[in-house]
Amino acid sequence: MALSGMRGLSVFISDVRNCQNKEQERLRVDKELGNIRTRFKNEKGLTPYEKKKYVWKMLYIYMLGYDVDFGHMEAVSLISAPKYPEKQVGYIVTSCLLNENHDFLRLAINTVRNDIIGRNETFQCLALTLVGNIGGREFAESLAPDVQKLLLSSSCRPLVRKKAALCLLRLFRKNPDVVNVDGWSDQMAQLLDERDLGVLTSSMSLLVALVSNNHDTYWSCLPKCVKILERLARNQDIPQEYTYYGIPSPWLQVKTMRALQYFPTVEDPNTRRSLFEVLQRILMGTDVVKNVNKNNASHAVLFEALALVMHLDAEKEMMSQCVALLGKFIAVREPNIRYLGLENMTRMLMVTDVQDIIKRHQAQIITSLKDPDISIRRRALDLLYGMCDVSNAKDIVEELLQYLSSADFAMREELSLKIAILSEKFAPDLSWYVDVILQLIDKAGDFVSDDIWFRVVQFVTNNEDLQPYAALKAREYLDKPAVHETMVKVSAYILGEYSHLLARRPGCNPKEIFSVMHEKLPSVSTPTVSILLSSYAKILMHTQPPDPELQSQIWAIFNKYGSCIDVELQQRAVEYIELSRKGAALMDILAEMPKFPERQSALIKKAENSEADTAEQSAMKLRAQQQNSNALVVTDQHPANGPSTVSQLSLVKVPAMSNVDGESPDPAVTEANGTLTVVDPPFEDLLGPMAIEGPPSATAEAEHIQASGLAGVPNAGEALAIAPVEDQMNTVQPIGNIAERFHALCLKDSGVLYEDPYIQIGIKAEWRAPHGRLVLFLGNKNTSPLVSVQALILPPAHLKLELSLVPETIPPRAQVQCPLEVVNLRPSRDVAVLDFSYKFSSHAVNVKLRLPALLNKFLQPIQVSGEEFFPQWRSLSGPPLKLQEVVRGVRPMPLLEMANLFNSYRLMVCPGLDPNPNNLVASTTFYSESTRAMLCLLRVETDPADRTQLRMTVASGDPTLTFELKEFIKEQLVSIPLVARPPAPVPPQPQPTIPPSPSATSDPGALLAGLL
Amino acid sequence: MIRFILLQNRQGKTRLAKYYIPLEESEKHKVEYEVHRLVVNRDPKFTNFVEFRTHKVIYRRYAGLFFSLCVDITDNELAYLECIHLFVEILDHFFSNVCELDLVFNFHKVYLILDEFILAGELQETSKKAIIERMGELEKQE
Repeated sequence: MALSGMRGLSVFISDVRNCQNKEQERLRVDKELGNIRTRFKNEKGLTPYEKKKYVWKMLYIYMLGYDVDFGHMEAVSLISAPKYPEKQVGYIVTSCLLNENHDFLRLAINTVRNDIIGRNETFQCLALTLVGNIGGREFAESLAPDVQKLLLSSSCRPLVRKKAALCLLRLFRKNPDVVNVDGWSDQMAQLLDERDLGVLTSSMSLLVALVSNNHDTYWSCLPKCVKILERLARNQDIPQEYTYYGIPSPWLQVKTMRALQYFPTVEDPNTRRSLFEVLQRILMGTDVVKNVNKNNASHAVLFEALALVMHLDAEKEMMSQCVALLGKFIAVREPNIRYLGLENMTRMLMVTDVQDIIKRHQAQIITSLKDPDISIRRRALDLLYGMCDVSNAKDIVEELLQYLSSADFAMREELSLKIAILSEKFAPDLSWYVDVILQLIDKAGDFVSDDIWFRVVQFVTNNEDLQPYAALKAREYLDKPAVHETMVKVSAYILGEYSHLLARRPGCNPKEIFSVMHEKLPSVSTPTVSILLSSYAKILMHTQPPDPELQSQIWAIFNKYGSCIDVELQQRAVEYIELSRKGAALMDILAEMPKFPERQSALIKKAENSEADTAEQSAMKLRAQQQNSNALVVTDQHPANGPSTVSQLSLVKVPAMSNVDGESPDPAVTEANGTLTVVDPPFEDLLGPMAIEGPPSATAEAEHIQASGLAGVPNAGEALAIAPVEDQMNTVQPIGNIAERFHALCLKDSGVLYEDPYIQIGIKAEWRAPHGRLVLFLGNKNTSPLVSVQALILPPAHLKLELSLVPETIPPRAQVQCPLEVVNLRPSRDVAVLDFSYKFSSHAVNVKLRLPALLNKFLQPIQVSGEEFFPQWRSLSGPPLKLQEVVRGVRPMPLLEMANLFNSYRLMVCPGLDPNPNNLVASTTFYSESTRAMLCLLRVETDPADRTQLRMTVASGDPTLTFELKEFIKEQLVSIPLVARPPAPVPPQPQPTIPPSPSATSDPGALLAGLL
Repeated sequence: MIRFILLQNRQGKTRLAKYYIPLEESEKHKVEYEVHRLVVNRDPKFTNFVEFRTHKVIYRRYAGLFFSLCVDITDNELAYLECIHLFVEILDHFFSNVCELDLVFNFHKVYLILDEFILAGELQETSKKAIIERMGELEKQE
């Protein structure tokens, strides 16, 4: 097929194609470039046709991969050509050759704007396309209002409007402020009524971007999205041209469901019902068909529906349907579906706890870890990583370790990091953790980052029980024929510190330890040699009584390195030899390392920080961010204020290398050290404390040593070890606002009840009639155990509460689950309180937490019709079964919001029962042992002129229930906590250390008064 | 969002390249080289998805041509996979039985079609009919 009208271009393309080799091609291209350059130079002689031809040629050459560093100006200038053919070329080539950062583009802004606001539809389209594809911030600022106008214009064809929608999307991505103008959200909602599916498809993409940025503003779009989805799913009124292999635009369906995932929840019961009907239809009605395209399209819709169902926290039944589907998918042969099954299962882990069901598929997932396709292996790895917990960590980590030997190089680093994190997070015991890390270093030393071995050293240092074991293991690994350098580092460090604990074992006397370490010295790099030298010094110190032979051997080494060209090594050697002559003082200076301050694992931090680069923030991620960073219970949905965790955990920073300064007997040397010591940055974290002395942050101590000439100094190590503890006294503050967390939990059944730097208490509840089962998740966030853990329930009279045994100690990084059975005996608004205490190093923490086992948890919404409602309402006539009260001081809110509030407290609002639109009628069933199931009816009459007051009537068959329910609702209306308050300035509540007075302990009410 | 679209043959010759994110020229060449290497040797029995830096490439092979879309990792893979097929159907319809040579000699038309199909890295129009009719309109104006 020949190119219409442009022979020169066709000839050139043929020429290039006919070149025998790359060299000829380059010659031909260079010749053409030269030709174009000369022609462009005297532009006057060029006809618009020629100019157009040359610009096309340039684009072709550019596409072949050659640099085209001229002619941009010519391409841009064609944009202002008066006729379509030239203008078109100008626009297309410019948007290929230039990007938003080019200065040339700025020259065109005016022309582009004139085309956008002009009358020529074709020009409008060209201009919108250019801006949509390469427009930058400047375009956003000067063009957004014009583009918005086109999008809304009723006189423009759909053709222009769909381009305007996406163009606006681009501008919004460049600068969100230009679109968020007053009234835009209403106009956006109107756009969703569009009949033309092209415009609707484009507008939906725009909406996704808008809601991902700020869903609050676009609430009114939610029901419309559901309508669109319904229309598509039922194939109602969809033109044939918009069905793809019989499926009504799968892309629009996907986009619409994507938009819905950015709304935290669907509150209106009718909308929710319709949405779930559609989703159910998609989940059940998607079959595997032969036609690949049809199959892909229908599964694209299915997977998006799965994501939406997960987001909406559907009922258990629907969730299990999803898991069942995914379980089926991860076992099929079709690779795409299997890949997506694995990917979505991983996502499912993040939002709901279906872990137990997913665990059943573990074997199948491990098979995929061995798939020939790396894409599938990656997904399998992610899933295994995500589903790992204390119960299956051993299996999974061992499987991963085994896989490590055969894994692609591209994956090994990630794999190592994941193994290290899992073994740290879920270690059933710490010796296992040490085993895993050492195996990891042994198998894939090259891929083990310093962070990983630093971390194992921290654990060993902080856990005395672990030290002999770790030393023994380190010793064993050094015996292997080929030892990775990282293994030498970690073994040398551990043996230096703890090998004396092994002294009685065969092959472990100081001399033997020294010689096995020293064997490695010739083959390792300088940083490792410096660790070895420190270890020698320590071994020497631990050898009591001194072994003269060993001493002379080690001194000889120090002497040798005393003249080493490497400053670091030389310095160490010189200082060690000086120090070792000090005799008794050596004991203090080379004493065992004090414990590390608790800090967040650098590894986990690293894993958390790895950020994906996406146009819209992923809905999943948004959700996850609202949960707490180090969350052990991943169910909380509401923003827990402020990520203050990290700063608290990493409060002690160990400065690098200043250690030497302290011991140096000669101040001059100290100064030299201060300036000369250069350390590789990765070592900063550990080498500081690693060399001779403990965390040397306290310079006072160092001066002290110097002043007293190193003799008879009170044990420096001890003093230092105490220092940080004192600093930390009384600093255990809760993370997030306890009251807000409680209020959030009143409305939902899982989330975080309490969190501080050491512990996180999560809660998960299930309610069935008068019975409830709460599970408390006590998660230790540290690498050392929490002790003296005590949990006491202070039950109010109307609840029977049984807490299962709470263990006294929570092991490092472990999570303990304590079920709590609740029975509701009779109606009451009183609240149960959990009195919780624990000790961590020197902190004793005691907190009293209200438990979210409130009256509303024993309600079950029930929809009643007019025929049922009115007879009941009338039969419950007057007090004490029916109570009426005028409530004042109500937090003003629109009626719709109040209806949502009632619904969320499980009072089902029945629209249409009350003829007055300012009134609300709701019904629910209350369960308790004394009342059994009892219908409760509620009517609220509001005054549109004064939203702060209303009249409320509550009726039920039990006088106490009526009263309590009325009071309960009143409390919610009068002082409703703002759940979505901006996270910033909530001062942490000074929770702990309020000693409960004897009278208070017996009376939960009084306790509460103290809490609030 | 689609970051870029590449159409390459088995030898790695680029037949169409459209970027919706600002990249420098040298970076574009690197991307084209890497994507080609990434997809060309994959077994036909493998998935059509492959990780690429912090994104993923959704690709499909038609005869000797690879159509690759680079999208966000959170995007719906199958929807984009079918988006490739729809694009191919449109080309096929426009050129009546498209082959690589059509795309080579009419590369500028391919850019035009693409601009009617995708804009700002998002799908603009999914009706084949609408796009073909629009192309007819445009050809009349030339």
